[in-house]
Amino acid sequence: MEALVHQVLSGLATGGIYASLALALVMIYQSTNHINFAQGEMAMFSTYLAWAMINAGIPYWGAFLLTVLFSFVAGVVIERVIIRPVENAPVLSVVVVFIALLVIFNSVAGWIFTYTIKTFPSPFPEHPLFGNRFISSHELGAIGITLAVLFLLYIFFRFTPLGLAMRAAAQNHVSSRLVGIRVGWMLALGWGLAASVGAIAGMLVAPIIYLEPNMMSGVLLYAFAAALVGGIDNPFGAVLGGFAVGVLENLIGAYVIGTELKLTVALVLIIGVLLVKPTGLFGKVFVTRV
Amino acid sequence: MTVKRQLLIGLIASALVCAGPALAQKKYDAGASDAEIKIGQTMPYSGPASAYGTIGRAESAYFQMINDQGGVNGRKIALLSLDDAYTPPKTVEQIRRLVEDDGVLFIFQSLGTAANTAIQKYLNARKVPQLFVATGATKWGDPQNFPWTMGWQPNYQSEGRIYAKYVLQHKPNAKIGVLYQNDDYGKDYLKGLKEGLGSKASLIVKEVSYEASDPTVDSQIITLQASGADTFFIFAIPKFAAQAIRKSYDIGWRPLTFVNNVSSSIASVLEPAGLDKSTGLITALYLKDPTDPQWQKEKAFKDWLDWMKKYYPQGDLTDASNVYAYSAAQTLVQVLKQCGDELTREAVMREAANLKNVELPMLLPGIRVNTSAADFYPLEQMQLARFDGKRWGLFGEVITGENR
Amino acid sequence: MSDAVSAVGFGIPRYAGLAPRAWKAIGLIVLVAGAIALPFLVSNYRVFQFNMVLVYTIVLLGLNMLTGYNGQISLGHGAFYAIGAYVAAILMDRFGWPYWTTLPVAGVVCFISGFLFGLPALRLRGHYLALATFALAVAMPQILKYKHIEQWTGGVQGIVIIKPDPPFGLKVTPDQWLYLFTLAVLAVMFVIAWNLLRGRVGRAMVAIRDQPIAAEAMGVNSALVKTLTFGVSALYTGVAGALGAIVVQFVAPDSFTAGLSINFLIGIVIGGIASISGALYGALFIQFIPNFADQISKAAPWAIYGVFLLVFIYLMPVGVAGFVRMLVGKLMRRIVSA
Repeated sequence: MEALVHQVLSGLATGGIYASLALALVMIYQSTNHINFAQGEMAMFSTYLAWAMINAGIPYWGAFLLTVLFSFVAGVVIERVIIRPVENAPVLSVVVVFIALLVIFNSVAGWIFTYTIKTFPSPFPEHPLFGNRFISSHELGAIGITLAVLFLLYIFFRFTPLGLAMRAAAQNHVSSRLVGIRVGWMLALGWGLAASVGAIAGMLVAPIIYLEPNMMSGVLLYAFAAALVGGIDNPFGAVLGGFAVGVLENLIGAYVIGTELKLTVALVLIIGVLLVKPTGLFGKVFVTRV
Repeated sequence: MTVKRQLLIGLIASALVCAGPALAQKKYDAGASDAEIKIGQTMPYSGPASAYGTIGRAESAYFQMINDQGGVNGRKIALLSLDDAYTPPKTVEQIRRLVEDDGVLFIFQSLGTAANTAIQKYLNARKVPQLFVATGATKWGDPQNFPWTMGWQPNYQSEGRIYAKYVLQHKPNAKIGVLYQNDDYGKDYLKGLKEGLGSKASLIVKEVSYEASDPTVDSQIITLQASGADTFFIFAIPKFAAQAIRKSYDIGWRPLTFVNNVSSSIASVLEPAGLDKSTGLITALYLKDPTDPQWQKEKAFKDWLDWMKKYYPQGDLTDASNVYAYSAAQTLVQVLKQCGDELTREAVMREAANLKNVELPMLLPGIRVNTSAADFYPLEQMQLARFDGKRWGLFGEVITGENR
Repeated sequence: MSDAVSAVGFGIPRYAGLAPRAWKAIGLIVLVAGAIALPFLVSNYRVFQFNMVLVYTIVLLGLNMLTGYNGQISLGHGAFYAIGAYVAAILMDRFGWPYWTTLPVAGVVCFISGFLFGLPALRLRGHYLALATFALAVAMPQILKYKHIEQWTGGVQGIVIIKPDPPFGLKVTPDQWLYLFTLAVLAVMFVIAWNLLRGRVGRAMVAIRDQPIAAEAMGVNSALVKTLTFGVSALYTGVAGALGAIVVQFVAPDSFTAGLSINFLIGIVIGGIASISGALYGALFIQFIPNFADQISKAAPWAIYGVFLLVFIYLMPVGVAGFVRMLVGKLMRRIVSA
């Protein structure tokens, strides 16, 4: 029984990792209608920058803030310089551009920082809450920060004029322009925000799974799945999806099929959910008019 | 006989004597010449195993140093190292290029079990040496069937057997739990452990695997704890070994823990896991850990350090792979030296199978490289060590893992 | 008025005396002749590489059918490639079947798997379908490693295959023979694809991609066409997988990672979506550009590859095929106005 509780809590902790990256994916989707496959690698690269800053002596929160800001600027620049030329290209061409970014970030990170794993510090105390041995303070703290970011994003998109403008720009370029929205800059802003959210995700995740260039490759698939299962346009769904996937994965591996087919079964289940609810558990159902 | 005639006879005789050896030596196969020895390898410079790419870079750097010192018997070593992204089809393509297009003398330290399996038949059919294969899989020492293939490092199965022997001797009623990577690497270790335990293989109460693409192994550790195991074997790559060590400590599970050789580096694994959490770990070693303080005052280490700083400055000084590469390259230089001017593929294979008690500076004291026509396992010895919070304390004797 | 152009009947222009169709035929003949002559002009290693190009062309033909013409995005064709490869390997190694018999079996097995996968895929669109197919690609290596089917698949060690010898004692090397064999298979599959896509089925596929509701209203059995397309697309990829296994002489789970599926997607996008000739350009790209990138930079070769991807997409957003078509068009007009 205790093992079950333990697996569930551990699943929530891992799920928190998926949830944080899934948020970045939802972020980018809500602001640009594209899923950026390079999100994980960008997050990893931002985390390396933070690591370099901390190694140079900058205190943790200073490095954290600087990284978030720098990632924001980098996201904006990438959108303006790299994504803009293919704005009107077919969707699959844009996907290849994302793949190119993924490959570039991964390769450059490996070249500059080498492949040995690095430790990344945590702002949370080493000592687990109430001395429990199920979940560490950092894992709890990470979940907390993810939820806080989720909350902020929700408020931003729903209740601020800027958030509304961004959503409009993502869904309908032409109409938005007619209303006076600077679509180009909205997209760039969206990228900047997504990059920042990704950077936060990376810095939360690295202390748990150790920093190395391939850190996010395993996480990306689950984050992608979580975002889609929850409904790609719903940040709450994405976070919930992340936790669900984390717990599901653990329980399948421990009690159902063993770890040798854990990945396969988890994916089959996720696809199963999608078949029942093709736009995700909390996604909007699209009704097309003829 | 007149003086003139004596002189003439003497001159002819000495001419013949001089001409004799000169006529008999200097045999070259493709890739070898008076000036250079061209060799090739494939390495995973990209893809999931890119951490091992440093081995190729370090070996290139070592040969650079040898070349700066005049080369081997006056010839420079030219290493062509190509990326195969750890995918066997690419390995086949690159090896074919090296052999057919670039015309290398032999293949040195190609990395990866699948990669080497893919090219083994091809290289043996073409009689090109597949020398000092960079993987610990057990099947590379089979001169009967594959006379052109030879491994280098102590193989994973024999390491597993060494651990089994220790458990049978010191903890015969152990309840064993195993965490292993779900590929040939992890499975080979597990096989060796089981074979070593023999009839007592039932001591293993739980074995759980993980994929290299998994983010964490936390769930697996929890499962192992719940199984009631009191002895824990970690057959993993550094990232997951560190996670396993840390997690098991954090959840209050403190079994007798063994970690495999590949993941025994103090700086790359134990420090990230936490030095206090790693105390009491046991491993089997054959090389000196560059981050272990007990070796750092010695000349051997200082030589290695100087070489790294001068020839491979971008290499990680805490990465044990760079000691591995250094030692493998030194072994090759020894083979080439023994070949002298006879640089044919057959000669290379013959001399590779003729290494007698070769000492390498970064091997543990008492461990030597040994090969023969029937023994294609250059390194078979390891020694157990226990981590005391600061360094790996060697204990017991140097053990030879049995391979047959 | 130039002599080069003479309007005939309803105004078919003629370039240097020949209609465009004649020029296309000439171009095709030159290409085919070149392809047949190639293995005798270059080294064995290059023949191996070009053989892989042909194999990838068949894959991309299949994938383009599904994603380009029918609009169903697949990030999982590496899985069908793997199935085809393992079918060939198991039949040849465990059962001793001759190599050429494995191709139809691989094709049928993959057609069935593709069709079965296409059924639930009917419910999914866009990103969701992408995830489902990607999940298939990611799960494949794990499935291949599964210990309970290890005796067939060889588990993590894989299966080594012996290279077939040229038949009838022909005086060609095994590499040359395999290349010509692959070329023949490609030609057959090309012709089939051509007819399929030009005919009613092809038009139905494109209609479903562009205007799914209108197509249904017009009487197209959308579900049937879509699942059949999935099946045929998988069939092509499976046959290519079998060929690939025979050429490389080795199969292992590591050969079929998710990256392979991504590679195929890159191939059809770079080559040209919804274009048959695009398959060849895409195959050339994914085979040779990584090698080229490796030569440019040893330190970060995949960063260079990424840059190549970006450059190709920027310069040729509709793929090399579209670009080539445009160039040829310009050239033709030059000839006309000359």
